[in-house]
Amino acid sequence: MSKLIELKGISKSYDGEKILNSMNLYIRDREFITLLGPSGCGKTTTLRIIGGFESADEGELYFDGVEISNVPTYKRPVNTVFQKYALFPHLNVYENIAFPLRLKKIPEDSIREKVSEMLKMVALEGFENKSVSTLSGGQQQRVAIARALVSHPRVLLLDEPLGALDLKLRKDMQNELKRIQQSIGITFIYVTHDQEEALSMSDTIVVMADGEIQQIGTPTDIYNEPKNAFVADFIGESNIIDGIMLEDKKVRLAGHVFDCVDGGFEKNEPVDVVIRPEDIDVVPVDKGMLNGYVTSVTFKGVHYEIIVDIKGFKWMIQSTDYVSPDSIIGVYIEPDAFHIMKKSKYSGKFGDYSSYSDEIEELSNADAAEEF
Amino acid sequence: MKKHLQRLYLGLIFAILYIPIITLIFFSFNSENSTAVFAGFSLRWYKELFSSPETFIALRNSIILAVTSSVIATVIGTAAAEGIYRMRNKHFKSAILSVTNIPMMNPEIVTGMSMMLFFVAVAGILSVSYESIGFAAMLIAHVTFSLPYVILSVLPRINEFGDSLSEAAMDLGCTPMQAFFKVKLINIMPGVLSGALMAFTMSLDDFVISYFVGSSNFQTLPLLIYSMTKKKVTPDMYALSSLIIITIFILLLIYNYKSGKRIKKRRLIGGYKK
Amino acid sequence: MKKLSQIKHSAAAAPHIVWAVLFILLPLFIVTYYAFTDADGAFSFENVTSLSEYLKIFGLSMELAVIATFVCLLVGYPLAYIMARANPKRQKLFIMLLMLPMWTNLLIRTYSIMAILDDGGILNTILNTSMHIVGTKGAVIFGMVYDFLPYMVLPIYTCISKIDKHMWEAAADLGCNSFKVISKVIFPLSMSGVISGVTMVLVPSISTFYISQKLGGGTFELIGDTIERQFVTGALNVGAAISLVMMLLILLSLAVMNKFTDSEDGGIIA
Repeated sequence: MSKLIELKGISKSYDGEKILNSMNLYIRDREFITLLGPSGCGKTTTLRIIGGFESADEGELYFDGVEISNVPTYKRPVNTVFQKYALFPHLNVYENIAFPLRLKKIPEDSIREKVSEMLKMVALEGFENKSVSTLSGGQQQRVAIARALVSHPRVLLLDEPLGALDLKLRKDMQNELKRIQQSIGITFIYVTHDQEEALSMSDTIVVMADGEIQQIGTPTDIYNEPKNAFVADFIGESNIIDGIMLEDKKVRLAGHVFDCVDGGFEKNEPVDVVIRPEDIDVVPVDKGMLNGYVTSVTFKGVHYEIIVDIKGFKWMIQSTDYVSPDSIIGVYIEPDAFHIMKKSKYSGKFGDYSSYSDEIEELSNADAAEEF
Repeated sequence: MKKHLQRLYLGLIFAILYIPIITLIFFSFNSENSTAVFAGFSLRWYKELFSSPETFIALRNSIILAVTSSVIATVIGTAAAEGIYRMRNKHFKSAILSVTNIPMMNPEIVTGMSMMLFFVAVAGILSVSYESIGFAAMLIAHVTFSLPYVILSVLPRINEFGDSLSEAAMDLGCTPMQAFFKVKLINIMPGVLSGALMAFTMSLDDFVISYFVGSSNFQTLPLLIYSMTKKKVTPDMYALSSLIIITIFILLLIYNYKSGKRIKKRRLIGGYKK
Repeated sequence: MKKLSQIKHSAAAAPHIVWAVLFILLPLFIVTYYAFTDADGAFSFENVTSLSEYLKIFGLSMELAVIATFVCLLVGYPLAYIMARANPKRQKLFIMLLMLPMWTNLLIRTYSIMAILDDGGILNTILNTSMHIVGTKGAVIFGMVYDFLPYMVLPIYTCISKIDKHMWEAAADLGCNSFKVISKVIFPLSMSGVISGVTMVLVPSISTFYISQKLGGGTFELIGDTIERQFVTGALNVGAAISLVMMLLILLSLAVMNKFTDSEDGGIIA
């Protein structure tokens, strides 16, 4: 697969605030790539630069090997599905989808054929003459996708397209989008702040924070081998604990020396250690590698979420077995459950569950939806 | 008790507002030449009015002036609103808006005086008589005082409309020009139309500025009424006024019907326009 | 690398900017020029210094305009309040009823009152009296109130009708009686409408010349009449000087008033 789009040293500031800091990225043909990150990380700006709605202050943008920084939006072979769909209120469903074709002065019967093909693809046959304002959010979304795809762009840009839909519909649309991408075989560049969405749909995930790329990789890479504390915390739940790498495959944390599988660090190098909550087993106190005091237990359906105080640091454990609050438990961790990361500027900011509550989590998600 | 008091209050105010107007219309049908004693019903003054060429010339002038000035003001004002919306420099933007609003905030008499002096100077520079630029002067003056109303009626619509639909249009292959005409203009049309209607009515209604800027060879309806009230008033002025009031009334009805429809439509598409 | 389309789009304002410079700013500059020159075009302070003669007229104009504005506020606020609290259908009717006189030509409105109040007018004919009303200050003030009342009511109405309906309930819930709801909550919230209304009545009242001509019966002169007289007699330099001073006074007071409203919509237009 060849490089279809390439960003070289792209920087962008608004009112003196750096949104993108010398970003380098290439996107392969027919790839489903997701730009993932919290509000204000620069993901939407990146998308808008590719779409031609913003221009970079510095850097170059290549499409199929050709520099296109100064090519206006309407000449770029990329189309966009906008966050709030941006359907034209003065046109009905048919005319919305036919809009790009009419600009190209395509004969009417060919337009009719293409539009009905698109409507079939997004399962909206029979909606031709409906006013877009009478459609539900999910239906508007489908029209927006059909309209963006009707002129066969090489790349489809999607800017948090599912953000306005409710949870159930969002899941359905995720499958639908993946199906469409595979059936027409073009590149999708998808922007979201929802890590679950990113993990389930993408071929490649680009994790962004503070205008910089933190990690690029497949969903499993990103989940299993996070590069730093930010990525580990943003993707899934993580306990991130300060440790010392004594030698290859030996790490000391919480006062104990553990066997692990990672290596390649300096002797006695301080590191961040990630342990996913589902990789920690609850065992009787006498069989535990570490012991801790259970501060809270929450039933989550599939598992219990247990917060355990181990030497002053709050760990999260996901377990299908119930333990009672205020009891002492032992924990057991397999060597391959430890993931060792180099220290970064994000060290110490994440991964402690001492002030953890679901409510705060939801609030920060709502914030993220307001990305500009 | 409170309800009755409210009704009495409303009744009193609207009575005071309407009695003079109704009296005026009433006396326009007087058969005698009096504006105080009603002698009997007749259409005498309307006939007299319509037989006077002066009325027709003034009417024609007023309409020509109102149509041309409102069209020019609407075109310039709509383009200006779009341009102002696009401006990134906040200081420049607010400077332009302040200058635009001067004719609206300034007393009309000052605007009239300043424009008159300006056109005197222009006529002097061109070494032509003031009369010979009379129509142009009136037209420019009317466009100038209408512009802020057009801009103020279009700009909020453009702000509300935002960028997303224009961006979508360009994304789908429109040039910026096509995006404006094919998508944006259609959707801000209610604002443009109400701006145009406002400019039209303002022009038709204007007396003070026209009085200062106008010249004897270009008389409009308000100027005609003024000259009528300078002499002893006969009921033909009442007849003319009544006709104007009825016209305004019809324009208002159209305007309200339009804005009513607009509100309805906006409610329909309100969901995703944010 | 600026956004190309951005620059092009801003250029749409260019005709308007040229227009505003030529026909708004330049005429104001010419007024200033006239104010500081004599009839032959030589520089002179005489017009400006001679303004002291008109101090009394300025004072009288101010007095009548302020009284008229105050009466408009007193009469108009309750009307605006009742309108804003009425059901939507009624509100529409009230607005129509206010708009019709507002859009009726000022000359016609003013003349129609004069025809009623005049010495030989309808009122005296019907009552068979010989009351002398036209020519008094009261008649001029009445004319101003009559002509400009809708300008006071509409901005206040717009402002009150935008206030969240729950505000009344919240205020009452917190212990306000209905008078206190208005005085402590609604009136402060409608302040920007009041200020718009006040300016929209005060400005034309100060500068009017037709109302004082008709309803003043020629017995007194307001500043608008003075300017008009200079215009008719061709004393343009003095007229320009008075206009300039009046404009500066009004723009200054508008600026001061706008300071008191944290208005996003410019404050003047509601």
